[in-house]
Amino acid sequence: MKRGHGSRKRSIEVISIATALLIWEIIARIIDVKYILPSFTSVVSAFIKLVQGGELYRDILTSLNYFVLGIGLAVMVGIPIGTLMGWFKNIDRAVDPIIEMIRPIPPLAWIPFAILWFGLTKYAAGFVIFIGAVFPILINTYTGFKHTPRVLVESGKVLGCTSNKDIIFRIALPFALPSIATGIRVGMGVGWMCVVAAELFGVSTNGIGWKIWHWNDLHHMDLVLTYMLVLGLIALIIDRVFRYLVQEWWLRWQSGVVV
Amino acid sequence: MTYHTEEGDEVPALSDINLEMKDKEFVCFIGPSGCGKTTLLRIIAGLETPDTGIITVDGEPIKGPGPDRGMVFQEYSLFPWRTVLKNITFSLELKKVPKVQREDTARQYLELVGLSKFAESYPHELSGGMKQRVAIARALVNDPKVLLMDEPFGAVDAQTRNRLQQELLKIWERDKKTLLFITHSVDEAVYMADRVVVFTSPPGRIKEIFKVELPRPRDRTSVEANVLREHLLTSLGAEMKNTIV
Ligand SMILES: Nc1ncnc2c1ncn2[C@@H]1O[C@H](COP(=O)(O)OP(=O)(O)O)[C@@H](O)[C@H]1O
Ligand SMILES: [Mg+2]
Repeated sequence: MKRGHGSRKRSIEVISIATALLIWEIIARIIDVKYILPSFTSVVSAFIKLVQGGELYRDILTSLNYFVLGIGLAVMVGIPIGTLMGWFKNIDRAVDPIIEMIRPIPPLAWIPFAILWFGLTKYAAGFVIFIGAVFPILINTYTGFKHTPRVLVESGKVLGCTSNKDIIFRIALPFALPSIATGIRVGMGVGWMCVVAAELFGVSTNGIGWKIWHWNDLHHMDLVLTYMLVLGLIALIIDRVFRYLVQEWWLRWQSGVVV
Repeated sequence: MTYHTEEGDEVPALSDINLEMKDKEFVCFIGPSGCGKTTLLRIIAGLETPDTGIITVDGEPIKGPGPDRGMVFQEYSLFPWRTVLKNITFSLELKKVPKVQREDTARQYLELVGLSKFAESYPHELSGGMKQRVAIARALVNDPKVLLMDEPFGAVDAQTRNRLQQELLKIWERDKKTLLFITHSVDEAVYMADRVVVFTSPPGRIKEIFKVELPRPRDRTSVEANVLREHLLTSLGAEMKNTIV
């Protein structure tokens, strides 16, 4: 019953995607100008060529390298600061105005200083991604800690948690984990968007984002579109893998394992 | 005891409480809502500090929460990210009891509350009554002298409630803890307590203390129980009239 429903739902999705691709192909053939809209088949053949040449792997690895750098730093900075702000009222009051001042600045506006401070290195690209990702992570961590139910904290105290450290690590942090996971997911989404821009200013001559501009300059719109799709596909994979890992390993208590 | 709200208002919650409890005694608190029963329990637990006065356990003044006092809260208080078993081992982990030993002990208490089959379940898979049973086991495993319970069965249905009352009495007779139990049910108080403390309308004082000298196991429907219930209801009724509901 359930299974039948599931596969029917999937078949609708497959039909939907196939139809979209077909319409795309037809329109591209009607227009028949490669610069305006490359056809689906030309994108597929460009994709195959990129895979066979090994170029795509290098681009993906380069972009992922910046991404991991930026997200890793955002996690290492965002979670501790969010924790301290969520737990200690005075730290919250001291840090919050500063954060609220910096947060509205779009990450891309940091590019000049990123280059100034880090030169044309991967660290400059990582920094821009960091700026994009750190605030969602920080704020969701903060919210998670802030909403720790009083009764859980007091249960902890009555059961023998004597220090702030005990309460934070044994009660508030586990409680905040779902919220922190959401923060990381949102942060990764924003961070990935920053990858394109971060590569644009030329810290290296490969990377998915850089190749989009490169092939645009050479009017190879089929390649531009291919890289665009790869960009989207990788974001999707990252998100799905993260969600799967979080659900399986981190937050099993939420999904409910029935014995 | 006065609460200070964030708006700067003062809420008097309790005053002039003077009560002595014997070792291994079962005492029920009953009184109009808002009269400060929870507040008193929280003071005893060490979660609030009274403006004046002291509370001692075995002659030792209370300075904060401690392992000699366990508490079962009115709200569901299990840690949702821990399995039932891991909820119960929590205090033993803090005491650095080795894993095998603490899980062994926890299983004993889980059996005591009749939930052995649910050791690996998560709290959200349990019913309200089961959650409170786990909370009782979690408090007992720390081996407190005094167990404080704030309307623990307030949110469960009548049938489950009767069962839980019997189970609690069984545990109390076996473990011989001093038990302090808040209830809003006269029935519950008469069925379980050695003494029932009736509070006045807020700010609460002790109005009257009833001794329940019925033999155990008790019969809920006996004449003596009925007489006592009448007395309690009269005493309470006078207070309820003074409370704006
Ligand atoms: N944290 C708090 N801040 C301010 N007032 C409170 C707080 N907790 C309880 N009170 C007030 O103290 C009084 C006693 O409350 P409580 O002890 O919960 O009563 P009971 O448990 O008997 O219903 C009530 O007037 C309540 O509103
Ligand atoms: Mg109460």
